[in-house]
Amino acid sequence: MSFINYSSREINCKLVYYGPGLCGKTTNLHYIYAKTSPDAKGKMISLATETERTLFFDFLPLSLGEIRGFKTRFHLYTVPGQVFYDASRKLILKGVDGVVFVADSQVERMEANIESLENLRLNLTEQGYDLDKLPYVIQYNKRDLPNAAPMDQLRPVLNPTKVPEFEACATSGAGVFDTLKAVAKAVLTELKRGS
Amino acid sequence: MNGPDVMFPEEQQQMSMVCARLARDANAKAVLLIGRDGQPIADAGDVDELDVTSLSSLTAGNVAATGGISKILREKDFTSQFHEGEKTHVHITLVGGRAILVVLFDERSSLGLVRLRVKKSSDEMVRLFDQVAKKAAAKSQPSILTEITDSDIDNLFND
Repeated sequence: MSFINYSSREINCKLVYYGPGLCGKTTNLHYIYAKTSPDAKGKMISLATETERTLFFDFLPLSLGEIRGFKTRFHLYTVPGQVFYDASRKLILKGVDGVVFVADSQVERMEANIESLENLRLNLTEQGYDLDKLPYVIQYNKRDLPNAAPMDQLRPVLNPTKVPEFEACATSGAGVFDTLKAVAKAVLTELKRGS
Repeated sequence: MNGPDVMFPEEQQQMSMVCARLARDANAKAVLLIGRDGQPIADAGDVDELDVTSLSSLTAGNVAATGGISKILREKDFTSQFHEGEKTHVHITLVGGRAILVVLFDERSSLGLVRLRVKKSSDEMVRLFDQVAKKAAAKSQPSILTEITDSDIDNLFND
C-alpha cells in the first residue's frame, strides 16, 4: 500500500518481483542497483541461503525523482521463488502496489512459470488483491539463451490478459529498466486514478 | 492490517515528539516508528549512524514472519519481541496493529524500563494514528494525487 508523507513530502510505493526459482528476480535487482547513481538508491539487502538462493526477500529502495515537489520512492522486493517458501511469499505481497512477474523463457521452465503465476494469483487473492486490477507487467527473462521458447508460445500462456510485457536478459541488463519504468509508471497512474 | 497510507505534518511532528520523549525516558539509544509495510515514519535519538530504511524494511519483515508463526500456532499477533545483543538490545512492539515501535538500548537502560515506557508511548501513538485515519477519511486536506497530471508522470520517466 502506498504511503504518502506530507511532512517529508514523499510518495512511497512497494513493487514486488515474483516468479519461479532461478528466473532472475534477484539478478534484476542487482542490475538496477549497479546502474543507479548512489544518491538515488539505498543499500540492497539480500536475505539468502549460503548457496545464494533467496531465503526471505531482497530489498532495494530507489528514488525515481520528484513529482510536484514530492519525492517518489519505490521499495523493490523479490520473493523466494522455490516452491516450499510459499508462506514467505504471502508475507512479502502484503501492501504491494505493483507486481513484476519474471518468467524464465527456457522451454523446460514453462511448467514452473505456469505454477508460479497461478501461485501469484492465489496468494494475491488471499491478501485481498486481484491481479487483474493491480499494476502488473511481465518480463520474459533469459531471451539470450539458445533454449528460450519462442515468444508466440510464451505469450498466450503467460500473458492472456495482455498486460505490458518485456523481453529481457537480466544479466546484461537488456529490458530491466524498461520493465521497472513500466510498472512504476503504472503504479503512479493507478494511485492518481484511485485518488 | 497494513501500515498507514498517509501522514500529515501535524501528527508527524507529534509522533516525533513521542519518539523523542520515549528515547529520553527509556534511556534508549534510538527509537524508530515504522509502518507495518516497512515505511519509516518517525525516529529519535542517535539515528545518524543507522541505516533507517534498511532497518525498517528488515524489522517489518521480521514482524511479518513472526505474525505468520502466530497464525500457524493459532495465536493472536505476538505483540512484542526482544533481541538481546552483546552491546545493543532491540525491543519491538506492534502499535495498534498498524505500526511498529522499535527501541534500541544498551546497558544504560533495562528491558523492564523500556517495556514500561513503551506502553505509555504506544497508547499515545495509537491515538495519533486514529487522528490521521479520521483526517484522511474526512478528506479535509487536498491529496497530492489529485494534482498529479499524466504529463507529470511521463516527465518522471523521460530519460
